[in-house]
Amino acid sequence: MATKIFKHIQTSVVPLPIENIDTDQIIPARFLKATTRDGFGNNLFRDWRFDENDNPKEEFVLNNPNFSGKILVAGKNFGCGSSREHAAWAIADYGFDAVVSSFFADIFKGNALNNGLLPVQVSEDFLKKIFDAVYADHTAAVEIDLVDQFIKIVATGEQETFEVNPYKKACMTNGYDDIDYILSKKELIEEFEGK
Amino acid sequence: MGQTLFDKIWDAHVVSSNEGFPDILYIDTHFIHEVTSPQAFDGLRTRGLPVFRPKQTVATADHNVPTIDQHLPIKEELSRYQVDMLTKNCKEFGIELYGLGHPFQGIVHVIGPELGITRPGGTYVCGDSHTSTHGAFGAIAFGIGTSQVEQVMATQCLLQSRPKRMKIEVNGKLHKGVGAKDIILYIISQISAAGGTGYAVEYAGDTIRSLSMEGRMTICNMSIEMGARCGLIAPDETTIEYVKGREFAPKGEEWDKAVAYWKTLYSDADAQFDEVLSFRAEDIEPMITYGTNPGMGIGVTQHVPETASFEAKEQGSYKKALEYMGLHDDEQLLGKPIDYVFIGSCTNSRIEDLRQVAEFVKGKHKADNVTVWVVPGSKQVQEQAIREGLDKIFNEAGFPLREPGCSACLGMNEDKIPAGKYCVSTSNRNFEGRQGPNSRTFLASPLTAAASAITGKVTDIRTFLKEEELVS
Ligand code: SF4
Repeated sequence: MATKIFKHIQTSVVPLPIENIDTDQIIPARFLKATTRDGFGNNLFRDWRFDENDNPKEEFVLNNPNFSGKILVAGKNFGCGSSREHAAWAIADYGFDAVVSSFFADIFKGNALNNGLLPVQVSEDFLKKIFDAVYADHTAAVEIDLVDQFIKIVATGEQETFEVNPYKKACMTNGYDDIDYILSKKELIEEFEGK
Repeated sequence: MGQTLFDKIWDAHVVSSNEGFPDILYIDTHFIHEVTSPQAFDGLRTRGLPVFRPKQTVATADHNVPTIDQHLPIKEELSRYQVDMLTKNCKEFGIELYGLGHPFQGIVHVIGPELGITRPGGTYVCGDSHTSTHGAFGAIAFGIGTSQVEQVMATQCLLQSRPKRMKIEVNGKLHKGVGAKDIILYIISQISAAGGTGYAVEYAGDTIRSLSMEGRMTICNMSIEMGARCGLIAPDETTIEYVKGREFAPKGEEWDKAVAYWKTLYSDADAQFDEVLSFRAEDIEPMITYGTNPGMGIGVTQHVPETASFEAKEQGSYKKALEYMGLHDDEQLLGKPIDYVFIGSCTNSRIEDLRQVAEFVKGKHKADNVTVWVVPGSKQVQEQAIREGLDKIFNEAGFPLREPGCSACLGMNEDKIPAGKYCVSTSNRNFEGRQGPNSRTFLASPLTAAASAITGKVTDIRTFLKEEELVS
């Protein structure tokens, strides 16, 4: 089954300079009752984004019309906590194609990659540069190239390379799917079971 | 060169290993529950695939279920729909379901071990991060996302890159009133909520060895709270004794063969770890968390850190956490009035936890300002507790014993802590809103939680424990 293809993007970014953002913040448990993958974007960062009466909290970045774009930039240890893939679905459903942080929790990283959402791990230093750039000019563009594995602040030309598992890179740039890959080795699985 | 326990188990489960690709790892048992499975079943339908090994898939309903009146239909419509969906999917795909009303129902990480499904040397996954619990048996067990749930359903395998290996040793004698929960909260407070990311963590040392299986499960359970991929403890006589005779444990000749194999499961003396950390049991106090991630923990008599003690770039996040918790720099939690006590979750809802709490609260009564919920981890735990008369002790103490489920650990059902209220909780996460929107969580051991329920404020269990009548 083909999945979403990701090769290259260049867009403005949404800054969220908070550390240890856990998946309960990204999508609170009470919104996990849905049985499909759609619509989670409406509740992305629900309790930071809306008050008890469902009114938008002005101070939260997703409610600030100055900031928009397809890249979410967040503090270190992004996506820690619960394994809920709904967190990756919510971020992708909201319209982000990539998340940039100086550190990702393992399970989130895997979930993101399985949903065509690219986690880009940068140095603390580079993360700060992105925050500085976007706070100086909220339209500041960032370019991410998965094929050549670099991320660049367009205005200054500063860039950094990032790591990605070569298999996962092939999946994302070609739209391959894990299940198809494993099933292509079905005899090996059966052979293993026979041992 | 010798091998680590982790590598021995991993190597025994590799179906295929190709340069540049993650390994294809065979999964012995796949646990599923109502919340992270429906989209995976849908995926199978879209692909026109069956569940590859339905007999190696075990389902239960736990995250979303009410913890009172479980014999009645679930009131909340979406929850009911999700639970019904699991029933329907299990039927369609031929999976055994321990649903509501079934004598084996319960929190997935409680029932796997208690039914003898979780065994040394096995590989276990579940769409839930606390799957690391099962590692207490000397197994590889970790949480996965829903796409991977679909992957395991379709192939009984998981694509995974081998993580790095870390050993965490704890040696020495624990102080009275300090237990497994305090050990793990202490370790996480020392290495942070991200300190184990990318690692499989083996816990070792004589303090760990001296723990019961329940205690070991508490430790492995919270491995994910330091970001670790999984946690594990080499099997020994304690492990073998625990598994023996359980519902699905091997029997007869099979058992002897299994035990012989389990005895080979340990890290060789010259095995290399990528990282080794050591802690002294004597340094550990009863622990409590004050912040919004499990790494923000202190000894119960200590003070909350000052903002200035953090690096400048971390101060914003720290202030945000304290503000959320309604605390200030240098505040002491000891004596702080609380509103709720939750004793439950896959971290601390086993029979041993309930026995320990019952023994402590016998003849005492909760403070008027506190609401207490005791939620057993499984139907079997609940029934065992009733057989032992613990429910009566609990009732007299004002600690009503509810029915099994995840409950206030994640507040998906009605069991939510109200906004702004403080809860001393034996669960594993103190994230913002985890126990209900704007709820405030102090994570602690069952004994600390029970003592706090009695006094109505954050309490040092040691003030109750006279030297001679110590429960540890
Ligand atoms: S008790 Fe809490 S942590 Fe454990 S499985 Fe349930 S929700 Fe997850």
